Amino acid sequence: MLTLLENLLPILLFGMVAIALVGAVRRINLWRVGQAHPVNIIAGLMSIPRRYLVDLHHVVARDKYISNTHVATAGGFVASLVLVLLVHGLGLDSAVFGWILLFTLLCMFVGALFIYTRRNPPPSRLSKGPWMRLPKSLLMFATSFFIVTLPVAGLVSSTFGSWVLGLILLVGIIWGLGEMLFGMTWGGPMKHAFAGALHLAFHRRPERFGGGRSTALLPIDLDSNSDADAHFGVGKTSDFKWNQLLGFDACVQCGRCEAVCPAFAAGQPLNPKKLIQDMVVGMAGGSDAKYAGSPYPGRDVGQAKGGANNIITEGLLDADTLWSCTTCRACVEECPMMIEHVDAIVDMRRFQTLERGLTPNKGAETLDNLIATDNPNGMDPASRTHWAADQNLPLMKDVQEAEVLFWVSDGAFDMRSQRILRAFVKLLKAANVNFAILGDEECDSGDVARRLGDEATFQSLAKRNIAVLEQYSFKRIVTTDPHAFHCLKNEYSDFGGHYDVQHHTTFINGLVATGQLKLSAFKGGKVTYHDPCYLGRYNGEYDSPRELLAVLGIELIEMERSGFRSRCCGGGGGAPITDVPGERRIADMRMEDIRGTGADVVAVGCQQCTAMLEGVVEPGPEVQDIAEIVAQSLLGEAH
Amino acid sequence: MLPELKVVALVSIGQHIKSGRFQRADQDARAVELGLKLRGVDLTVLHAGSADEPVLRRYLGAGLKAITVLEQPAKADIVGPMCEYLNEQGAQIILAGTKAECGEASGMIPYLVGERLGWPVVSRVADILSVANGEAEILQALPRGQRRLLKVRLPFVASVDNAADAPRQSAFGPGQRGHIHRVQAAVVADELSASWTQVPAKKRPKRLAVVKAKSAADRFKAATAKSQGAGGVVLQAEAPREQAQAIVDLLLEEGLIQ
Repeated sequence: MLTLLENLLPILLFGMVAIALVGAVRRINLWRVGQAHPVNIIAGLMSIPRRYLVDLHHVVARDKYISNTHVATAGGFVASLVLVLLVHGLGLDSAVFGWILLFTLLCMFVGALFIYTRRNPPPSRLSKGPWMRLPKSLLMFATSFFIVTLPVAGLVSSTFGSWVLGLILLVGIIWGLGEMLFGMTWGGPMKHAFAGALHLAFHRRPERFGGGRSTALLPIDLDSNSDADAHFGVGKTSDFKWNQLLGFDACVQCGRCEAVCPAFAAGQPLNPKKLIQDMVVGMAGGSDAKYAGSPYPGRDVGQAKGGANNIITEGLLDADTLWSCTTCRACVEECPMMIEHVDAIVDMRRFQTLERGLTPNKGAETLDNLIATDNPNGMDPASRTHWAADQNLPLMKDVQEAEVLFWVSDGAFDMRSQRILRAFVKLLKAANVNFAILGDEECDSGDVARRLGDEATFQSLAKRNIAVLEQYSFKRIVTTDPHAFHCLKNEYSDFGGHYDVQHHTTFINGLVATGQLKLSAFKGGKVTYHDPCYLGRYNGEYDSPRELLAVLGIELIEMERSGFRSRCCGGGGGAPITDVPGERRIADMRMEDIRGTGADVVAVGCQQCTAMLEGVVEPGPEVQDIAEIVAQSLLGEAH
Repeated sequence: MLPELKVVALVSIGQHIKSGRFQRADQDARAVELGLKLRGVDLTVLHAGSADEPVLRRYLGAGLKAITVLEQPAKADIVGPMCEYLNEQGAQIILAGTKAECGEASGMIPYLVGERLGWPVVSRVADILSVANGEAEILQALPRGQRRLLKVRLPFVASVDNAADAPRQSAFGPGQRGHIHRVQAAVVADELSASWTQVPAKKRPKRLAVVKAKSAADRFKAATAKSQGAGGVVLQAEAPREQAQAIVDLLLEEGLIQ
């Protein structure tokens, strides 16, 4: 009976390939409703193997179980498919190829078994539904082709088996091929392989591959305003760039983003995985009824309806979902498909703010203040240096040049942050650093405005800051605020501002290394360190703060979630301003992490983190900026 | 919304109290908000001054289709040309702010316009509840959160109080795309103000308050109280002639008429 199957197989195989090709064209056309974004097609396609095997695998390999499993299954499948087409499609009758095919199918089978085991029972972050079927389909594909390949390898005669076996194998082959080829381009779970490979090829941030980093938000052209249909930001799914849509389609629903999202954990109505799936619904049309993962906390699945030309916040998702995000980038860091959730969220926020004027809660007030006073709380811009009234700090306006420009940031207006600033000034003076501040000429960096979607105010602030900085000569900018640090370092370059910017922990570390600061041992008890998102994940600075603490003789007790997996304090992305209600507060959860280490002091490197963590109900560990800790340990100082 | 009603909101250029930067005047923006409630985005918004003032785009950011600008140089007396334009347009309800944030803006405008047009002026409006049969139901804001319901026949001029709904957020996109209609108008020199010299206002020294209050309620009352007119007589039962005579007597006594 296998002989008959052998005659049917080429028709089945090439039929399925043809159907898959039709599906691929259809899928590509779905992406093409997005906006143009030029890519190099040839170079992109050529880059797939390297980006897949190196960059993507690097992320996947953080979970050894699934990376090994995926190598066996995916590698086994790709090799098997090629050989199946040769051996069974084109009738290449070679025992050697038969043996190789048997081996690759076995690889795939073993891998699929592990996938099956992992989903028994599935962890909550994984999607169910068709994703529960996938391991069975993989096993079916591997098993049925294994049996029909046995005669090719010469292990059994081609007349082996009865017509019953033939019929069973036929069903298995159709099932396997259906999932793997038809499903790949017609929206089944295997879509992640097809869209994922192309997403790697045409990624909107190619700098991320090869060990690079690209975290600056991408600017929009505010002058492109001619026709009546023009609008800023993403209001409809079709307003995304085509390769962003492609990126959404690449999602494998592994839920790693969900597992690390602070807003999801706090019970706010955001789940990055669901958001990406909703974007797919928006692109392809229909509803989210088939979504089989965790919902947005507090919202039922099945209500969302979308179409490429429908306004996203009218039916597809609530604006609250967009405003829950702290832009901490934990989801982007964890995503094995390198999807850019934060870009998508900020794009949609831009529409809400720039077109609809619907920035929630204190958002509008904050933006108005930034426009009128260049700081988010509407303080008198002429009082920016009042915190340093007794510090006798040189102003750039007077000295014109200095080695270090100390970027004070809006902490100047906040009494808690002023303690950090004073501590840092004490260190600068102790090390005899030639520095100056901008004083009243400094504006807010634009971080909050940009993350609240107000690109216009951000660009206005950025351009004015750049114009001020241009007047003076300095070697580098140093700041105690990681948000300003990120803007100055990464986001001003789009507007002509290129600077050597350092976070104060990096700078102090340098002073200690060159012997300009002499420190005694820290005597304040056990210490843990909280990585600020905008210093760590956004800028890759994990070491300097730790080295500095080590110099003080501190043995850090690391939290489970530290380094690139650090949990956000809840203070980023304007989240404290838009203040979307949840079941818990993100800062409380982070303080629980800190308490879990038994530390007496939590060292931070960000005034925003300090404010968020100090806002947690006492008793708890003391929150101190690294500048404060170092300033306490300065040798030759009377305490 | 009342599509047949002709509502005009007068807007001026405001100034931020801390930075001194020009901005949407808050009460004028509330007047626009009230106008939007009555009339929707077709509301006529009128500014007398320079059409190139960027702050006008902040008003447009409320989603207005257009702002009309009567082009006037600085220091011109805008009341005459403005009233002429309002008459031409057949305005029925004119909304403005109560206080000017800088220069000769909202402060006197509602009164001068009302006087020139011969229309009633309703001050410190918190809301316009309804307009029907040529009559509007208006909530007037009084000190300490009190409200007075007024019925006023159209047309009228209203100055909008801080108690009115806060203006919606100004969005950048609609602000950039909205139209600014320039209308040429006669220029009347303001001879009176030409002779003025302006100096920055100084805060008057504040007398230290002696807290006499015994309870929290008293302290709250003291902290929130606005001065209320003392004296006065309520005449309700008297004949209309007597009531009118009482008003005339008072005006004579105060030297307002002779």
